Amino acid sequence: MTEATGTVPESTREQAPRSLRGLLQALNLDTRLLGMVGALAVIWIGFQILSGLTGPKHDIFSGTFLTPVNLYNLAQQSVSVGIMATGMVLIIVSRNIDLSIGSILGLTGYTMAMVQVIWIPKSLGLGFDQPYTWIIALAIGIALGAAIGAFQGFLIAYGKVPAFIVTLGGLLVWRGLVFEEQQGQTISPLDKTFQLLGGSPTASLGDVASWILGVLACAGIVYTLIATRRKRRKYGFPVRPTWALAVLVALGCLAILGFVWIMNSYAWPPGLATQYAHDHGITQPPGGLQIATGIAYPVIILIGVTLVMTYITTRRRFGRYVFAIGGNPDAAELGGINVRRTIMLTFVLIGVLAAISGAVQSARLQAAVTSLGTQAELDVIAAAVIGGTSFSGGIGTIPGAVLGAVVMQSLRSGMLLLRVDSPIQDIVVGVVLVSAIAFDTYVRGRSAR
Amino acid sequence: MSEGAMSADRVTRVDSAAAQAGAPLVEMRDIRIAFGGVHAVEDVTVDLYAGEVVGLVGGNGAGKSTLMRALSGAHPPDSGEILVDGQVVPITNPRDAKALGIETIYQTLALADNIDAAGNMFLGRELRTRIGALDDDAMESATRKVIGRLNPRFKAFKRSVMSLSGGQRQSVAIARAVHFNARILIMDEPTAALGPAETVQVRNLIKQLKSEGIGIFLISHDIHDVFDLSDRISVMLHGKLVGTVRKADVTTDEVLAMIIMGKLPSEVSEKDLAELHR
Repeated sequence: MTEATGTVPESTREQAPRSLRGLLQALNLDTRLLGMVGALAVIWIGFQILSGLTGPKHDIFSGTFLTPVNLYNLAQQSVSVGIMATGMVLIIVSRNIDLSIGSILGLTGYTMAMVQVIWIPKSLGLGFDQPYTWIIALAIGIALGAAIGAFQGFLIAYGKVPAFIVTLGGLLVWRGLVFEEQQGQTISPLDKTFQLLGGSPTASLGDVASWILGVLACAGIVYTLIATRRKRRKYGFPVRPTWALAVLVALGCLAILGFVWIMNSYAWPPGLATQYAHDHGITQPPGGLQIATGIAYPVIILIGVTLVMTYITTRRRFGRYVFAIGGNPDAAELGGINVRRTIMLTFVLIGVLAAISGAVQSARLQAAVTSLGTQAELDVIAAAVIGGTSFSGGIGTIPGAVLGAVVMQSLRSGMLLLRVDSPIQDIVVGVVLVSAIAFDTYVRGRSAR
Repeated sequence: MSEGAMSADRVTRVDSAAAQAGAPLVEMRDIRIAFGGVHAVEDVTVDLYAGEVVGLVGGNGAGKSTLMRALSGAHPPDSGEILVDGQVVPITNPRDAKALGIETIYQTLALADNIDAAGNMFLGRELRTRIGALDDDAMESATRKVIGRLNPRFKAFKRSVMSLSGGQRQSVAIARAVHFNARILIMDEPTAALGPAETVQVRNLIKQLKSEGIGIFLISHDIHDVFDLSDRISVMLHGKLVGTVRKADVTTDEVLAMIIMGKLPSEVSEKDLAELHR
């Protein structure tokens, strides 16, 4: 446990590290999170090698996993599960569960589609593709997600009905309502602006804006670390050595700018570029027009959600209370925390997040189908748990859960690349999930001793 | 008929006590708490004055902790009333009690194990920055000061309290109770988890808080602790109050007779005392 919390004993201040462990302690990084990054690296390199061996050239260097196009798609495919996993962390940390989010995603996604395809253009007679359509649809979807979450959360927190039962009922009820809403028809085409939420080469930032975002993020890291350090100095608390601070800044900026570089390395598909050149009267250079794609809009949504949820979790009272309730519900109550309201709010939050995921997924499909979000709850719970959220309550991090979502999606995407059959994919994901948790429990049990 | 006479008698007694030394800080009148059909606390009346330590003693299941949980808001009484400064106050949850300056050190300590010392000390009363974010540094700073005074060897401020020793955890629980300018302190077995040196520290702390005018309800199994620290002793048996005595007026044997036999000093015979020592 001591390892996991990544504390700096005061004795290590301003000393050169003597070992890897000393180095990690001085950096004051979450070692669990580092372990996950390591696991992700192993998975990625593994798939890179395997895809090369099974590819046309049969060598380990011709892999297709670590290519800009695949990583671009991987980032985009991780968004939906990643968004909801950040909310699932708070649910599981406070010793509850939510099985209904796949159905909430379906119902909110379907309803948002109805708003932009039927209600606004036809029922109100305002026509398609109005400038305000997308935001009204999104607002209605988010409000619906919040309302469903509040209703379920009320039954759980104030009605004392177990979360497992309430959300199991929700899983059936909300999915049933999707079918009732429009007799199971597929709703399309969606509003043009709304479709941007789904991400595609045309719904991405482009290279200049991506670089600007990356540089701003780096500035944000530098500012946050230095401000934190200055404040701790002011109080006379121990701080990281200066070299450790520099290493952290360098690693963070390298990761961010590397990510931007990869996203910018993915050029628009030739067909799309040709179409664009044709539409804008540009003569194509030999070899085709090269347009850098940059970061997809939904990926920006995921980054935004991750930042906001991390802030709520670590810097706001609400987050502190969620963790206190998970650590010791009686202590939280005796401390004067309004436990029931806090629990209810966690469900409102995940309802909102499920609605955002519903918007992203339907926008990506450019249609709402009745199966939208089916079984999403399983991937989301798996992502949160692989990301270090403990079912015994009180332990979990938002960045961990997002990494967990990327791990899950990497497994699925990599196996798809290797043409592994879908049932086998499920078997592998199931085995990985259980092994990861078994390993984690074992390590935690040892370090607690 | 007899019930009416009894409560009238009790009110007169309380009134005369109040007349002697001004209004008490706390009065709990005719408190009744039942779990299912079992009366954990039955018509118990106790009071506490500023700068006074009242020892609350009795065997296991006598109802001491349950009575105090009513005062701390953890378990509101089924009937009876609680007065602070002579005013009837509604205490329905721990927030109400804290707003009245009633702080509690629970026997279980009531710490969130996954959170650090500062997080626990300020749980439910976090310091916040101008934008409403948690001011962890300010909380850590205050915690370092308070715990530093209670337990100078305490260093693990950034660790979750799960990994702390019993004495360190106790320090956190005590720091939480004394930091917020409590007027009324409930200490449920405050030295149960402590070694000899730490026990001495807690005893000194109790004496110091008492001299600052804080009223303290002290629950303890240890009759010697209670005798050393209390001004008055209230004895409970099977959910009922046996009686409240001034420490100066009684011997340990007489208090033991109250705890075990439920007999007031005036009712105890030589034979009873012999029985106690057998």
